[in-house]
Amino acid sequence: MTLLPALPIMIPLAGAVLCMLLRKSVVLQKAIALATSGILLLTAVCLMVHTRTGTIAVMHVGHWQAPFGITLAVDMLSCVMLLLTGLLAVGISFYACFDLDQPRMQFGFFPLMLILLMGVNGAFVTGDLFNLYVWFEVLLTASFILLALGGERPQLEGSVKYVALNLLSSALFLAGIGILYGMAGTLNLAELAVVVQQGERGGLVTMVAVMFLMAFGIKAGMFPLYFWLPASYPTPPIVVTALFSGLLTKVGVYSLIRVFTLVFSTDPEFLHGLILVGAGLTMLSGVLAAAAQFEMRKILAVHIVSQIGYIVMGLGLFTQLALTGTIFYLIHIMIVKTNLFLVAGAVNRIKGTYELKKLGGLYKEKPGLSILFIISAMSLAGVPPLSGFFAKLALIIAGLRQEAWLIVGVALGVSLLTLYSMTKIWSYVFWEPAPEPLPDLNPMPSGKWIMFLLPMIGFTILTIGIGVFAGPIFDYADAAAGQLMNPQGYIDAVLGGGG
Amino acid sequence: MEVLLAIVIGVLYGGGLYLMMRRNLIQLIIGLGLLSHGANLLIFTAGGLRKGGAPILAEGEKAFAALPSDPLPQALILTAIVISFAVTAFALVLFLRTYEVVGTDDVDELKETDT
Repeated sequence: MTLLPALPIMIPLAGAVLCMLLRKSVVLQKAIALATSGILLLTAVCLMVHTRTGTIAVMHVGHWQAPFGITLAVDMLSCVMLLLTGLLAVGISFYACFDLDQPRMQFGFFPLMLILLMGVNGAFVTGDLFNLYVWFEVLLTASFILLALGGERPQLEGSVKYVALNLLSSALFLAGIGILYGMAGTLNLAELAVVVQQGERGGLVTMVAVMFLMAFGIKAGMFPLYFWLPASYPTPPIVVTALFSGLLTKVGVYSLIRVFTLVFSTDPEFLHGLILVGAGLTMLSGVLAAAAQFEMRKILAVHIVSQIGYIVMGLGLFTQLALTGTIFYLIHIMIVKTNLFLVAGAVNRIKGTYELKKLGGLYKEKPGLSILFIISAMSLAGVPPLSGFFAKLALIIAGLRQEAWLIVGVALGVSLLTLYSMTKIWSYVFWEPAPEPLPDLNPMPSGKWIMFLLPMIGFTILTIGIGVFAGPIFDYADAAAGQLMNPQGYIDAVLGGGG
Repeated sequence: MEVLLAIVIGVLYGGGLYLMMRRNLIQLIIGLGLLSHGANLLIFTAGGLRKGGAPILAEGEKAFAALPSDPLPQALILTAIVISFAVTAFALVLFLRTYEVVGTDDVDELKETDT
């Protein structure tokens, strides 16, 4: 078996080590970060070609056969997550080169970002529960430092809350692992699935499952465990916020999907019902909190929460169509949300503030930037023919087929309120004239400005592209959801040798 | 033995969560430490307490004479201890810095970012 499944972990590690060695030269670090992200993207494409027909790329680390060693397994869901991580890495490191201040780059933004990517990718490829815990800690530690890097007062305050709640969630995760090991005698996800399906200790399984739901729920930002998110995400420089919003909560969601389709799928009535209730409340509380905010970053940050609700809704409905919707939604949201944060950063770059009530009239001054914003914002709200429309459509049809009227109603209502929040930003920042004209603080010459906008242009084209080519992407998501609904393929691929 | 450890774990969790809900930054971090000790002991207990030897077969042996101890929970705990050591060290530095910048160790005062 090739090394292919391990490459998404090894490449960022190598990049981070190189960056640390060359820590005196910011220019070289920029180049390394960009090159590493590019190679990561290529690796993800290779993996995608390899797994496109439904084969699962499995690697037994050190040739310890499953279930005794650590197994890396890449199925279609992992693959699509890796691809998105690669895309975001390229866009964000490009943006960071232009936007981030010099001291933060000198104090190791790029190596930390690469370590974070290593943790995220590790979580996506691993097939072992304890290994997943280790990757979580890797990415958390990197994110702690990224969040606090710079040491401004709001950053430190946000970091305290972020660190405390994430450590609590890790302790819960660890306790769940301990009980599960005592019960099943294994931590290999595939073997756990086999043991749990034999179904001897139903009650205990359900209890452990709820512990995992809590642990991953905190990390994903689900109701009622999301309060750390709006407190910490808007505090660091916008590049870091964009990176976190694109990747971190999504790792939590990915883990929920993985664990609740593969291992804890024996009691869907209770467990997935619970997830569905959580999803509805997550959507609602996120969007209502956003309605009360008047700061761009805060509006977008609480919207992360409400979008998590949609993603988890598909898992709660637990049919193939619903999971297809979930995967489609993940593809859509990781790109659109990151893009919205980047555009907000560009606005701040020009005007020096994120406050809606101080900004205004940007459509006249920067029509290009305004168009980039409005396309992503409409996509987030689910206006056809952009990517968000198809993602929501799949979830809502899945809900209607299950006759889950309440959650469908909530999803549609929240969609409308999302549109309200986005038009609020649009009218205050771009459309209406500013209360007092603010000077243009942007010193970039126009050539450099275009380069600066390049990642946003790329992400916007992707949003439109996902909408235009929704058919093939939907087919891919459907195949990935098929793999999730029939975990026997995953189990056979991992346990059936193949090393 | 299991009962005793269960009580110890319960006390660690209870104490840890109680300290985390206090308003003091130092108590918060001690609470987190207790919580991770509780989780480690939980793995140890749930993994099965047995007075067995090391699970190593001598040359030529095909099976263990007596059931050996399971080495995996110990490996897991060791990993978890190392991780929690590093994270606690980071958190201590972060909290110290926060104390210096904000000027208080009262968690309720950390509300500049709230609206």
